[in-house]
Amino acid sequence: MTDWHPTAGLPVLRRRAALIRQVRAFFDGRGLLEVETPLMAGAPAMDPNLDSLAVRRPDGRRAWLQTSPEYAMKRLLAAGSGDIWQLTRAFRGGERGRHHNPEFTLLEWYRVGWDHHALMQEVAELAAEVAGARPVEHWTYRDAFLTFAEVDPFEAPLARLQAQVDDPLLVPVLGDDRDAWLDLILSREVSPRLGQGRMSFVTDFPASQAALARLRPGEPPVAERFELFMDGLEIANGYHELAAPREQRRRFLAERDARGPAGAALPVDERLLAALQAGMPPCAGVALGVDRLLMVALGLERIDQVWAFPDEQA
Amino acid sequence: MAQYSTNEFKGGLKIMLDGDPYTIVENEFVKPGKGQAFNRVKVRNLKTGKVIDRTFKSGESVEAADVMETEMQYLYSDGEFFHMMDPQSFEQKAAPASAVGDAAKWLKEQDMCTVILWNDEPLTVEPPSFVELRVTETDPGVRGDTSSGGGKPATLETGAVVRVPLFIEEGELLKVDTRSGEYVGRVKS
Repeated sequence: MTDWHPTAGLPVLRRRAALIRQVRAFFDGRGLLEVETPLMAGAPAMDPNLDSLAVRRPDGRRAWLQTSPEYAMKRLLAAGSGDIWQLTRAFRGGERGRHHNPEFTLLEWYRVGWDHHALMQEVAELAAEVAGARPVEHWTYRDAFLTFAEVDPFEAPLARLQAQVDDPLLVPVLGDDRDAWLDLILSREVSPRLGQGRMSFVTDFPASQAALARLRPGEPPVAERFELFMDGLEIANGYHELAAPREQRRRFLAERDARGPAGAALPVDERLLAALQAGMPPCAGVALGVDRLLMVALGLERIDQVWAFPDEQA
Repeated sequence: MAQYSTNEFKGGLKIMLDGDPYTIVENEFVKPGKGQAFNRVKVRNLKTGKVIDRTFKSGESVEAADVMETEMQYLYSDGEFFHMMDPQSFEQKAAPASAVGDAAKWLKEQDMCTVILWNDEPLTVEPPSFVELRVTETDPGVRGDTSSGGGKPATLETGAVVRVPLFIEEGELLKVDTRSGEYVGRVKS
């Protein structure tokens, strides 16, 4: 065995420890409550693009490793916690690459009474503190696509999106899944150009990509969701949080349907829905990839350079 | 037929695409946090050597290519086929000239070669990195002539032509690097 060595150098691991101290000081200084929630959750993420890893338990009860602490933290918010933050591990099956490890470190926080605009400001302040100040710019999802891919993500017919990708072999695979085509264009042409030497926030996502964000009516309606990109890397994803229990249930069921037969057996998080029913205060929340922020802070290219023992060597 | 999921993709994996065997040169996983994951790969066609880009939706499966790398001894050529032998089993295989390609000019009978087998048939034949070949034809070195950079062409017993120093004479045994096609030195016999 020669692969027992860490893939991240010790100077990087020291910097990582320092970053975590900075994060803790940042939130302590602002009066947010640090919380902990179960890594082993009673319900999986419903998002069809997230693979929750199942845990085998001796008593046969089902559990899944969390893909983010979002469901549990919202239950705390509904219980009157006020502003909360958490530094935790998240797990996403099958996600492995230059910028992905199936186990990674996530920083998630919620601000009661805030909207996503106020929260973006705070995300920028945190990122500047740990990765250095940079100019901040704001894009709508539509303008970012129009500028970098010259295609309108809302108006372009499906055939136009397919022509943009120009890969006939993918047509039968992705079919009429508009969001999958948009995701590919985003990965290939848009995100690499975002956040070069700056912080680029993208807002107003298509309603079909709202996830857990509120929708803002309009023509077309858009999701009050944002993402932060730095040096082409997706660093954070946040929402002006959906608090309506019926709409949340509807989205959960639609997402479960989208998973096909495999999804039918998955339980919906009824405890989250009950918490929303009891009443979650209006709030904005964000999840930030700590490993990637450290990569950006140090100018490193691969997640393995900031993580001691990546998946193959875990 | 065995299948590989994109989750198993990595450099060196042999897969079938459009009826041809390919090797994965580079595999990049891309995924917007809440979005669809893709594997963007560079693959090399094992028949033609051509490298192309392909994008797969993550979770897709592709057929595995039954490709194996072996060391075989080159026996002889009958003009159409190059006959190779497995030194352990003594099993022989005939590689078409197209599989040998440019390597033919380095192949000397008895030499060990790297043979890529696809469905048990030779797909490509690679010569050893270094071969020892005798000079069959070269001009006598002319003292003081530096106009040709101090070198001259020499034809070797397999037909390959390499640049050699002026002092090399016909009948000498030379060591040649087949990857660069360059003269390395004389072999003392």
